[in-house]
Amino acid sequence: MPQGGRLYGALQIKILPASCVIGCFSIALTSSTYSHLLVLISMTFSVVSETRKMDLESSKWVIILLVCGLYKNVSCNSVEQKIYVELNNTVPCVRLLNATHQIGCQSSISGDTGVIHVLESESDLEWPLSKGPNPPYMVLLESSLFTRSIMMKMKNESNRVAGVAVVVPNTSPPEFSPHTTCPNENTGVYSDNYGPNLAHCNTTVWNPLGNGLSYEEFDFPVFSLKEDNETEFIKQCYLDHNRAVNGSAPQYPLCAMQLFSHMHAVTNTPTCMRRNDINFSINPEMVCDPLGDYNVWGSIRPYNDTVFGHKENESVVIAAARLDSRAFFWEVSTGAEGSISGFVTLLAAAQALREVTHEAPPTRNILFAFFQGETFDYIGSSRMVYDMENGKFVIDLDNVHSILEIGQVAVHSGTNLFLHSDPVSRRNNTVNDEVKNLVNNLQSSTAGLSFLLVEPNVSQPLPPSSLQRFLRAQPIPGIVLADHESAFNNRYYESFYDNAANLNLTYPSDLSPEEQLEFVTDTAQSLTDVATVVARALYKQAGGNESLVNTIKADPKIVTQMLYGFLVSSNNSWFQAVMAPELKNILKPSPPEYYVGVAMSSTPTRLVQYLLANLTGAVTNLTQSQCQKPDELPNESRQMYSYLWVQGIVPPNSTQRDSFCVRASVRLTKAVSPAFELGEYASKDYSTWTESRWKFIKARIFLVASRDLEMLTLGAGVAVLFTSLLVTYFISTKADVLFSSMREPASAAY
Amino acid sequence: MTASVFFGCTFIAFGPAIALFLFTIARDPLRVIFLIAGAFFWLCSLLLSSLVWFITVQISNKESSSQQKGLLIFGVVLSVLLQETFRFGYYKLLKKANEGLLMLSAEETMPISIRQLAYVSGLGFGFMSGAFSMVNILADSVGPGTIGIHGDSQHYFLSSAFMTMAIILLHMFWGVVFFDSCEKQHWWSLAVVVISHLLVSCLTFQNPQYVGSLVPTYIIVFLVGLWAFFCAGGSLRNLKLCLTCKDKDFLLANHRPR
Repeated sequence: MPQGGRLYGALQIKILPASCVIGCFSIALTSSTYSHLLVLISMTFSVVSETRKMDLESSKWVIILLVCGLYKNVSCNSVEQKIYVELNNTVPCVRLLNATHQIGCQSSISGDTGVIHVLESESDLEWPLSKGPNPPYMVLLESSLFTRSIMMKMKNESNRVAGVAVVVPNTSPPEFSPHTTCPNENTGVYSDNYGPNLAHCNTTVWNPLGNGLSYEEFDFPVFSLKEDNETEFIKQCYLDHNRAVNGSAPQYPLCAMQLFSHMHAVTNTPTCMRRNDINFSINPEMVCDPLGDYNVWGSIRPYNDTVFGHKENESVVIAAARLDSRAFFWEVSTGAEGSISGFVTLLAAAQALREVTHEAPPTRNILFAFFQGETFDYIGSSRMVYDMENGKFVIDLDNVHSILEIGQVAVHSGTNLFLHSDPVSRRNNTVNDEVKNLVNNLQSSTAGLSFLLVEPNVSQPLPPSSLQRFLRAQPIPGIVLADHESAFNNRYYESFYDNAANLNLTYPSDLSPEEQLEFVTDTAQSLTDVATVVARALYKQAGGNESLVNTIKADPKIVTQMLYGFLVSSNNSWFQAVMAPELKNILKPSPPEYYVGVAMSSTPTRLVQYLLANLTGAVTNLTQSQCQKPDELPNESRQMYSYLWVQGIVPPNSTQRDSFCVRASVRLTKAVSPAFELGEYASKDYSTWTESRWKFIKARIFLVASRDLEMLTLGAGVAVLFTSLLVTYFISTKADVLFSSMREPASAAY
Repeated sequence: MTASVFFGCTFIAFGPAIALFLFTIARDPLRVIFLIAGAFFWLCSLLLSSLVWFITVQISNKESSSQQKGLLIFGVVLSVLLQETFRFGYYKLLKKANEGLLMLSAEETMPISIRQLAYVSGLGFGFMSGAFSMVNILADSVGPGTIGIHGDSQHYFLSSAFMTMAIILLHMFWGVVFFDSCEKQHWWSLAVVVISHLLVSCLTFQNPQYVGSLVPTYIIVFLVGLWAFFCAGGSLRNLKLCLTCKDKDFLLANHRPR
């Protein structure tokens, strides 16, 4: 709203309370923004008129706030400001539900309040759990103490813990993974019917560092705090008020914290989906939403996206990677090694294949698939397989020749990459031959590069990967390319610390953001090599011209730009250039958020969609309106291609962007678990993860008064009330006598 | 457990006012009407002073703290003067209304004396001003927190409640004294009322040294209350008679000569 409009509104409000001050009196107690403004105004009235406000300082605050309130519509009042300090940089842990369980954290509906205790060591837990005299406690942890044993003690051993706040440091600990040791244990391919000796990570524990905290349920809120001034303030508050001297009880008032993260959904997905369907009111209240997003896919030869099902004489090589990641806390997942290394490599490989597939198209098609929601029991890949099985995708499973999946590929110099395959399906000779062929194609592509591709022990199962979902449906030959031979190299799997630092992504300190974007890091260089290998292998696998293989080279500049955009700042000139004008707002000066979420088409999905379109598609000379309605032109078809209008770069000596239309065979398909399509909310085959809804998430600190003072106040109040009742009664019964002379003028009137 | 603070503060601030209302006002509809009218007049004064306040805040320099402080003092003085002006206006109105009431009255006597009116209107002023100064604070006293995270005194709620009680009582006393002085045309005592009102309002600038503002305020409450007692026709003799429960004899003694 323009400033003028706001001022006008303020003027209206100014005149309003005058006439309705009495009416608004009670309304002002409620907490809507508008009435808060009225509270503010009425408070100022009282300051001006009586100055019975507490002090000058607060009166000044009122003035400042009033001015703020008029210009910015700030909703707060000065008494509240004197009591509470709102914490703005907090991240909660929220509740997720599946077919059988609920995980995550929640507070009671009016927030959980506890006296702050800063935990110094594990033995210090005694104070909040049993010894401390002022329960319940809000435990403030350094991240080094955010371990399974401490969290489980607080969960199980006492109900004196009101909540936990974890201070996340700026530097990473040596290792931390809140995920389980065996990710997606029950929805992969291995089960009692399929390689029973490999099921439940019997052979290889993929994530030995996983402590499983992400999959625990806590009945108290858990928030994370950044290592900043706010956290310093909390610690100072603790030191000033709550510190126990020699084990004695600290003196009131005590510093306390209140966390609000009340979750609407309970028990499990079937329960909350059933509650979603109960419509008693006009606005049905949803309690949970299925996790989901969109898969991004593109192919080197376009498919008509209105013709589904099996295609005769069509053979497709699928190159896959996953897009999402998670962390213990909501929406802070970074997934640098866990997912970004893989999909950046695949994007670079897709770009490397653009030239050669135009000049000498391979006999088989290559389909690049980027799956969303893989962390949560393979949402994206299970949906694509389901669509293929049910004739809802442009190809079906019989058209799939083979699959090459890029897993975690944070390759460092001197290390090798590993080609994981499924030992169970390889018992079949034809599959085994195809897998061997794919391995050969990959291994022969490494010529001139610094690393080798090695097959791990044959009896080892596939690591957690989308390929497992394809194998569940059909024995398709496939390889998962990863940087680990058995257990993950990633020490921060599905945690907040799987960030740029985990990929050794460092820039010289004297570079501007624009120079950093262009600076080719070692990480980018090694991922470029991996992308080259992948691209060459895919080309060979698709039956391309062998003599052209060595001309395929991924571009390190593109890789480094992508790494910068996905790990450092998505709001950079290159991402701006490849995005649609209406989507430029999703670019932020921070890395995007890789948690799959319930909102459709999250930032990573959009970024990958536009990047893939720009890297594999063709620049057309269509105008913006033609780009929106290409079907009106003779040689263009929306069914074959998607047409994306992108911003383009700002050419030197100009302020206007060179926008253009990109034609690419890049599509989005729904990545919502088939369980929700089928209504099987207790499905054992498909992901059933839902995210609970909540009203608001808030954290604040304040002081709590001792019970003695509270009781003193109440006692004084009751005493004043009864004394005045007695005295008034006495005076009113004897008013005739007491004010006897008062009678005289009245009697004189007789 | 902070509901106890809420109720404690409510009882402290409004206990005397509620007791007075229950035993002296509520029985008589006419008094209730005059009480509400008094509250309305106080609100009108508030409206006027807040309008002036808004205009001055808008044209003042928001960065200069000394100017803002000066503005605050100006606002206080202006508001006190406006309140007393409205009290005078209300007195004038009541005088007129009294004549009308006399005309309407069947018994040809005043249904309500000017002293009673003074008390009722003063309590009306007190009720409304007390409500305005206390309700926001009460809303925040429910908790769970208490004042003090920035180092302020945690006795804020308690002292605000006592301050409000004092203001309500003072308004009542001022009303009695004010009307009495108007009746007797003792203009100097009007001036004393206005000055004591100004004094009490300015005492709150002492905050957060609550002792510094509360103790003098209660001394003023006591003095003005004493004065109001005498204005209302009380005397030491009456008080003594009341306290020694000789009032019955007194009444008899008073009636015998008739």
